[in-house]
Amino acid sequence: MVIATLCGMGFGTSMMLKLYIDDILKAEGIKAETSPWDLGSFKGNKADIVVAPVDMEPHLRDYPAKIVLIKNLVDKAEIKEKILKAIRELS
Amino acid sequence: MQLEDLLIKNTIAARLLLSTREEIIQKAGELLVEADMVEPRYIQAMKRVLDELGPYCVIAPGIALLHARPEDGVKQACLSLITLQYPVKFGHSTNDPVDIVFTLGAKDKQGHIEALAELAGYLSKEKFLQMIRACENSQALQKAIFDYIKSRK
Repeated sequence: MVIATLCGMGFGTSMMLKLYIDDILKAEGIKAETSPWDLGSFKGNKADIVVAPVDMEPHLRDYPAKIVLIKNLVDKAEIKEKILKAIRELS
Repeated sequence: MQLEDLLIKNTIAARLLLSTREEIIQKAGELLVEADMVEPRYIQAMKRVLDELGPYCVIAPGIALLHARPEDGVKQACLSLITLQYPVKFGHSTNDPVDIVFTLGAKDKQGHIEALAELAGYLSKEKFLQMIRACENSQALQKAIFDYIKSRK
């Protein structure tokens, strides 16, 4: 499974999201490849799940992946609930 | 690089009176310019990023993480922190208003990651945020945050 985390530049917010998600997946024993991207470079790439800040939603409409939108990017509980739900729905 | 290396003491300031997000970016940028961490053009670059990509930089309720690109004039990897006397709206759908602002200058895409992971861990702790918000002046905030980091090691 490929999980892409997105932000505007690919090394701040998206990196923080990747770090949280890696922790969550490790604790749950789920194997996935997580990588941070900036919105511009990501377009055209493939991912099973795209995780992004909620305000990026207008840029992600019609994207061929499961989109997970996060409101509070430092709230591990919110990220965990949403990412695990997305993974369950895909498997 | 660890958080205490990335965080620049002279660029930590508490309870500033700023009333728009443009003023906040300007002030946060100036602190990094004065500390010789970024070139002045970095400030314009941060404003451009916010205009182009929207207010997603408000990463959590009340907390913004501002930055532009390494090639926008970063001299040294750095992080500043300012708190605001009165919270300011950035235009975010759920996390407004903002009273804690971190400003990152990254030298490349990798060097700051360990420090950022450390910061992400602290930002998810209500106690850490309360501590930051309780500091009434810059000196107190500088001391409190470095003491906190030290106590977690």
